[in-house]
Amino acid sequence: MNRFALPMAVFVALVVVLAIGIKHSPQKGIILSPLIGKPAPPFSLPSLNDAAHVVASQDLKGRWYLLNVWGTWCVECRAEHQMLLEARDAHAVPLIGLDWKDDDAQAREWLAQLGNPYEAVALDHSGNTAVDYGVYGAPETFLISDQGIVVYKYVGPLTREVWTKEILPRLPAHPAAKS
Amino acid sequence: MRQRTSTLGTALIATAMAGVLLTLRAWAVDPTELPDARLQARYLALTHELRCMQCQNETLADSPVDLAADLRREVRDLLLQGKSDDEVRAWMVARYGDFILFRPRFSPRTAWLWFAPGVALLIGAAVCWRIVRGRTALVDADSEPVGDDGPVPGTRG
Repeated sequence: MNRFALPMAVFVALVVVLAIGIKHSPQKGIILSPLIGKPAPPFSLPSLNDAAHVVASQDLKGRWYLLNVWGTWCVECRAEHQMLLEARDAHAVPLIGLDWKDDDAQAREWLAQLGNPYEAVALDHSGNTAVDYGVYGAPETFLISDQGIVVYKYVGPLTREVWTKEILPRLPAHPAAKS
Repeated sequence: MRQRTSTLGTALIATAMAGVLLTLRAWAVDPTELPDARLQARYLALTHELRCMQCQNETLADSPVDLAADLRREVRDLLLQGKSDDEVRAWMVARYGDFILFRPRFSPRTAWLWFAPGVALLIGAAVCWRIVRGRTALVDADSEPVGDDGPVPGTRG
C-alpha cells in the first residue's frame, strides 16, 4: 500500500498539472499576440482601389476599425468572406483590408466577384506590415481602437460567434442589435 | 559476433545519416550570403534559433515557406544595420511573442521551464538514493553471520 502511495501521488499531481495546462491553453495552434494592449504598428501602403492614395494608420486614428489580413491565395479567406460582408452590413465597425503578398489584379477580381466588405484595402506587397503585426497565417483580424491600440486579435476565418462574442462587446457602446 | 554486427550496423547508419545531412546542405532553402563572414555566422546562428511561425517545428533557416523568407530577410537587414543578436531577438519577440524563440528566454513566466529539469533530476536522485539505501540495508541484513544450515526463520537480528 505504502509502496504505491508515492508513485500514485506523483501520477495524480502530473495529471492535475497537465489537465490545467490543457484547460488553459488557448485554442489549439493559436499563439497569443504580444501586440494586445500595445499601439498598432504604423503603416502607410498603396490603396487597392485608388492608386493615387495611400491607406495609412495615421489617417485611421480616432476611429475603431478591424484590420483584416487576407489574400486571394488564402483558402480560408474565402471561407470567412461571407462573414466579412455581414460585418460590413452591421455597420458596427469599418473593415480595413490588408492584402498580404498578393496580385493586385486578382485581388480586384476577388472583391468584384465576392463583394467588397472593406472600406479600404492596403496593399502589403513586401509583407513587411504583416510581419510588423506578427501575422503568421491569413486570415487574421485585429481590432484597433480609436487610440490606435490593438485591442483584440483573431487568427483564422472570422465566425459569427467570434464577431458577436469577442468583437462586438469590445466596441464602445456597440450597436449589437444590428448584428 | 553479435557485438561486431551491431558495431558495423551503427557505422553504416552513421555513414548514411552523414550522407543525408550533406545532401540536405546542398538543398538548403536559404542561399543568403552576407558580405562579412562574422555577420554570416551570426545570421546562420540566429536563423537556426528562430521558429518559422507558419510551420512551427522548423527553424527560419530550414523552412521553405514565404513567411520564413520574409523573416530571414528581416534578420539579414537588422544585422546589416548593425543590430546585436539580442536586438534581433527582441525585434522578433515584439512581433511574434516568446514562441518564436526555440531557446526560451529566462523570465518569470518561463522560470519553471528552466528549473523543471533540475527539479526532476533532484527528484530522480532522491528516488534512486532511497531505492539503493533500501537494497543496501537488505544486503547488510543478509550478510549477517548465519549458521551452517543457512538462514533459519526467526534467527535474524
